[in-house]
Amino acid sequence: MSKQINVALIGNPNTGKTSVFNALTGLSQKVGNYPGITVDKKEGFCKVSRNLKAHILDLPGTYSLNASSLDENVVIELLLNKNDKDYPDVAVIVSDVENLKRNLLLFTQIKDLKIPTILVINMADRMPRKGITLNIDLLEEQLKTKIALVSTRKNEGIEHLKNLIGNFKALSTEANLDTSTIDSDYFASLRKAFPNQDLYKLWVVISQDANFGKIDRNELDFSKFKTKTKSELKRLQQKETIKRYQFINNILKEGQVIDESKATGYRAQLDRILTHKIWGYAIFFVILLTIFQVIYDWATIPMDFIDSSFASLAEWIKVTFPGGGKLTNLIAEGVVSGIGGIVIFIPQIAFLFLFISVLEESGYMSRVVFLMDRVMRRFGLSGKSVVPLISGTACAIPAIMATRNIENWKERLITILVTPFTTCSARLPVYLIIIALVIPEGRFLGLSYQALTLMLLYLIGFGMAVFSAYILDKILKTNRKTFFVIEMPSYKVPLLKNVALTVLEKTKTFVFEAGKIILAISIVLWILASYGPEKSFNNAETIVEESFPELRGEQLENKVAAYKLEHSFIGIIGKTIEPAIRPLGYDWKIGIGIVASFAAREVFVGTLATIYSVGSATEDDDKTIKNRMANEVHDNGEKVFTLASGISLLLFYAFAMQCMSTLAVVKRETNTWKWPMIQLFGMSFIAYIIALISFQILN
Amino acid sequence: MPLTIADLKKGERATIIDSSSEDIPLKLLEMGCLPGNIVELLQIAPFHDPLYLNINDSYLAIRMETAALILIDIINE
Repeated sequence: MSKQINVALIGNPNTGKTSVFNALTGLSQKVGNYPGITVDKKEGFCKVSRNLKAHILDLPGTYSLNASSLDENVVIELLLNKNDKDYPDVAVIVSDVENLKRNLLLFTQIKDLKIPTILVINMADRMPRKGITLNIDLLEEQLKTKIALVSTRKNEGIEHLKNLIGNFKALSTEANLDTSTIDSDYFASLRKAFPNQDLYKLWVVISQDANFGKIDRNELDFSKFKTKTKSELKRLQQKETIKRYQFINNILKEGQVIDESKATGYRAQLDRILTHKIWGYAIFFVILLTIFQVIYDWATIPMDFIDSSFASLAEWIKVTFPGGGKLTNLIAEGVVSGIGGIVIFIPQIAFLFLFISVLEESGYMSRVVFLMDRVMRRFGLSGKSVVPLISGTACAIPAIMATRNIENWKERLITILVTPFTTCSARLPVYLIIIALVIPEGRFLGLSYQALTLMLLYLIGFGMAVFSAYILDKILKTNRKTFFVIEMPSYKVPLLKNVALTVLEKTKTFVFEAGKIILAISIVLWILASYGPEKSFNNAETIVEESFPELRGEQLENKVAAYKLEHSFIGIIGKTIEPAIRPLGYDWKIGIGIVASFAAREVFVGTLATIYSVGSATEDDDKTIKNRMANEVHDNGEKVFTLASGISLLLFYAFAMQCMSTLAVVKRETNTWKWPMIQLFGMSFIAYIIALISFQILN
Repeated sequence: MPLTIADLKKGERATIIDSSSEDIPLKLLEMGCLPGNIVELLQIAPFHDPLYLNINDSYLAIRMETAALILIDIINE
């Protein structure tokens, strides 16, 4: 029988904590959310010894036990709650050898919670280059812990760490700092009020409650204890920090030698170029251009392959099971085309996450934040908004979650509100098919009109995001204090394993999350299109034959199918909303696509595919959706997809808030339905008006 | 008027003498922005904001408005 223990990985951001996690767990990891909040919960397993298995939890990066964000609060909540099923048997603190002093602050705090604690000093391979030597024995003795010198890059020290985890029972749980020395009067009175409680834990609870008021602490009765004001508490926290640094400095004076003359690095040189007032922006712009170029050029190859594979799969199902009837049709027309609509996104999403994770891992993203902060602030945003706005071109959901490190609430809220304007990958298939339909082929300065239109749509998206941020900045009032601190990590060559795992995990999440919705909608749509109210739908054959007695064979079948679709449930829905969308240049079939798109934009193409394949009975040559759309005509014989209606549709999709998942995430991140509703109605109203104006002018 | 980090020139070093202002976030103090520690101004972003500093061996960037709250003594080298 093997035993299992809980291990919590804790550490400052940028210490390579995730690399240690990846080295310990490999592919045996999964990502979820903490119950009720959208903070990522990463966990995995590691075999520590023959009969001991460790459940490893990678906690969000934090600088101290004084949480200033939801992510950091997760760490404290877990460490204070002994009843939590994830409560660690042993805490592993990951630190960066180049910044040991600051990293030890968090270490001493965790240690004082009396949890068995191991210190990992990561990036040990950089020690010779930075002229650092450490006296590990002395550090272990003074910090009352065991230390693992680790280099994930060279794969060194991981086995030693596993051994230490396996021997966790031998770890000392003695505190580093005597809490009462922070302020003897205050802590003496605290001791008197709660004689049976651990002093440091009490203090963490009290200082956290000041910030997160709502925490349930039923086992503690604070009624008989005089609480301090927020600024008094902050002064105490400051005193604690100073005390801890004194303790750490004394230890490092003996335990760490840094020979500055041996230190080498590219930080200064690279910073000079990358944050330069001209070169900095130029390099950033070139990097962005390269990313977009690569995404389109490279991703189209696998995308075309996926597209044709799914088309042949649907065909194969129909041919192989000809007598399958309704079920075969549901699978071929509904399910397969629905799944194909998701899978086709994988190459682009994967490429985008690849670039974003390389930019973050290398340390470059922080320089972009530094470079852009002043510019973005003019529009009510923060330098840190750049990251969400760029990731928004992949998907708004991770982008909105990436706003969490924006400390200023107003800047964060505005970033969340405007991020859905950026052209996410779900809009891409809609854009691509409509551009191919209505924008003529031809070139301007060597660039095709179609590519230019696509680029213009991206620029419109960014432009609208920045413009609405500017307006929101003027409208929104807030008295929360603003501040901005960003760490500038050292430059590193990204670790292939980290990048690969990030890409894999994010792509998987996207596909399965979006996939569920799209699949469900495809099936619902197919059913709504295949059934209708009794009379007119079921008697379609007779009605059509009576009205058009001259029709025979194929023509008759087509007419019947079209008649059926028009009188199916979905046809009725489409017809009902047609008057509202007619002025925008759309017919009722596009209307159905738009209605379905409010669940998720990427549904549009799939919906039209479903509607058109249900609506045509014959196996003609026009199997591609594009050809079917190009042949669509209004009742009066005019083409449905013209330049005017196409542009109108493009602009509608550029601005409308059509993504249930994004709305749900915004609700969770802002903790109210107010903001997602403002997005839904505000953005869709803007979309309607702009589409209306553009159609009326162009037509 | 005592000098603040906002008065530093690029490449200059100083000793922090006071960082107790209410409006300085705790996080900054935890990163080492405490009296007695050394601060060096490494880079200034375009449009003169934010400032890229080395405080107590931590590399970080803060905005001008926060920098102006941290009192310093410039080290003449």
